Amino acid sequence: MVKRTARSPRLHSRRIVVPKPTARRRFYGHGICSVDLNKLVGKLIVVEGADGSGRSTQIARLVEWLEGSGHATVQVGLKRSTLVSEELDQAKRGNILSRTTLSLFYATDFADQLENAILPGLRAGAMVLADRYIYTLMARDLVRGMDEDWLKNLYGMAIVPDSVFYLNVSPEELVQRNFAKDFALDYWESGMDLGLSRDMFDSFLKYQALVEKQFRRLQQTYKFTILDGNRSPDAVTAELKKKIEAVLLGR
Amino acid sequence: MTKTFSELGFPGRLIAVEGLDGSGKSTQIYLLKRWLELQGLKVFFSEWNSSEVVKSATSKGKKRELLTPTTFSLIHATDFADRYERQLVPLLRAGYLVLCDRYIFTAFARDIVRGCQPEWVRGIYNFAALPDLTFFFRARLEVSLQRILDGRPQLKYFEAGMDLRLSADPYESFKIFQGRILEQYLAMSTEFDFLVIDANEPIEAQQSVVRRLLADRLDLGAYIGNRVPVT
Repeated sequence: MVKRTARSPRLHSRRIVVPKPTARRRFYGHGICSVDLNKLVGKLIVVEGADGSGRSTQIARLVEWLEGSGHATVQVGLKRSTLVSEELDQAKRGNILSRTTLSLFYATDFADQLENAILPGLRAGAMVLADRYIYTLMARDLVRGMDEDWLKNLYGMAIVPDSVFYLNVSPEELVQRNFAKDFALDYWESGMDLGLSRDMFDSFLKYQALVEKQFRRLQQTYKFTILDGNRSPDAVTAELKKKIEAVLLGR
Repeated sequence: MTKTFSELGFPGRLIAVEGLDGSGKSTQIYLLKRWLELQGLKVFFSEWNSSEVVKSATSKGKKRELLTPTTFSLIHATDFADRYERQLVPLLRAGYLVLCDRYIFTAFARDIVRGCQPEWVRGIYNFAALPDLTFFFRARLEVSLQRILDGRPQLKYFEAGMDLRLSADPYESFKIFQGRILEQYLAMSTEFDFLVIDANEPIEAQQSVVRRLLADRLDLGAYIGNRVPVT
């Protein structure tokens, strides 16, 4: 018999939770042809929020925690498609795209990742963590005056996630976090294309407030969970874990 | 949108040509453009899938066969939106005759054949007004196929509809694919008031029909430009 010495640490042998299948998997609208919804056995978890809201920190922590708990993960985000991400960057630098074009360009990028990462991940039974989803794209476009019904039809191709968390951080706090990170505000995240103010600082505050207003409107349709992102990262992680555990147990 | 540019009060007019590859529509719209230009009218010509901004993404997608029906549809919509908002609309506001080699009906036909939901595709393009005139060049399927196959023996992957796995043989696939697109066009013909041109006729005969129809329906004198065109 092997004697357990005091020094050898006991490895976690907590039972690995096998997630309960999603009851009624569906698309928001017309969906994508030839996708068998019953085969999408993984879970889709979305974290939304502005730059500086702590999205990437939280996602990194969730990945570590989920993998530690025995779940395979897949990570996706905006502007990461092989198809158009380079071209999108280039076009944004030149600042020459009109709003419908920019909107459709982003939609193409989203569709590419939906079909090449999200759906395969769900088919394989993985936890798919999305760093932003259609709501950010819709909110940005709504601020730019795009038609809501048009956007809803367009993003009817998207699968309904198992949960969506919106990290809500006040614009003032966002400014501080952005500056702490790289001492600069991003042109697009400041909504400079909208001509709200020539002063970038003002424009950032105004633009973020407009985006947040659209998020609150979208919340009424899409029912995502709004989390107070002004708190410490640990407090936010703890709440996210608790909520995701409930998702895994099918609650 | 269910209104034409004229119904929306634009001073310019948009004329679209549609038809299968090999129907001869590009030749016809070129001759139409020359005729209008030589009369000193303000004319602009725009081709499907030609926006500079989107081009590299589209060609990469096609070359590496990265496109699905959904992304194929969206990338062409992006291309169209770029040309529509930056060129077509401003020129139509300025009273130009805008000639389009393919318009939204190309997307409706192709994307639906590829399996996209018709309502979804139409919804995406509903930011665009309808053409004031749409010429549909209808050739016998075998005639269109022969023209393409004579000219370019090497068929491109998406052009032949190879992504639909209709047949392992590109020529066979192309034939089935084009046949299905033709069905879609014919189904739209009444709904969108296509002016159907018999594309089996000689080039000159078709062109005289096209010119006559255009002159009957538009007051061409209203589009005279300030500048005398070069050559």
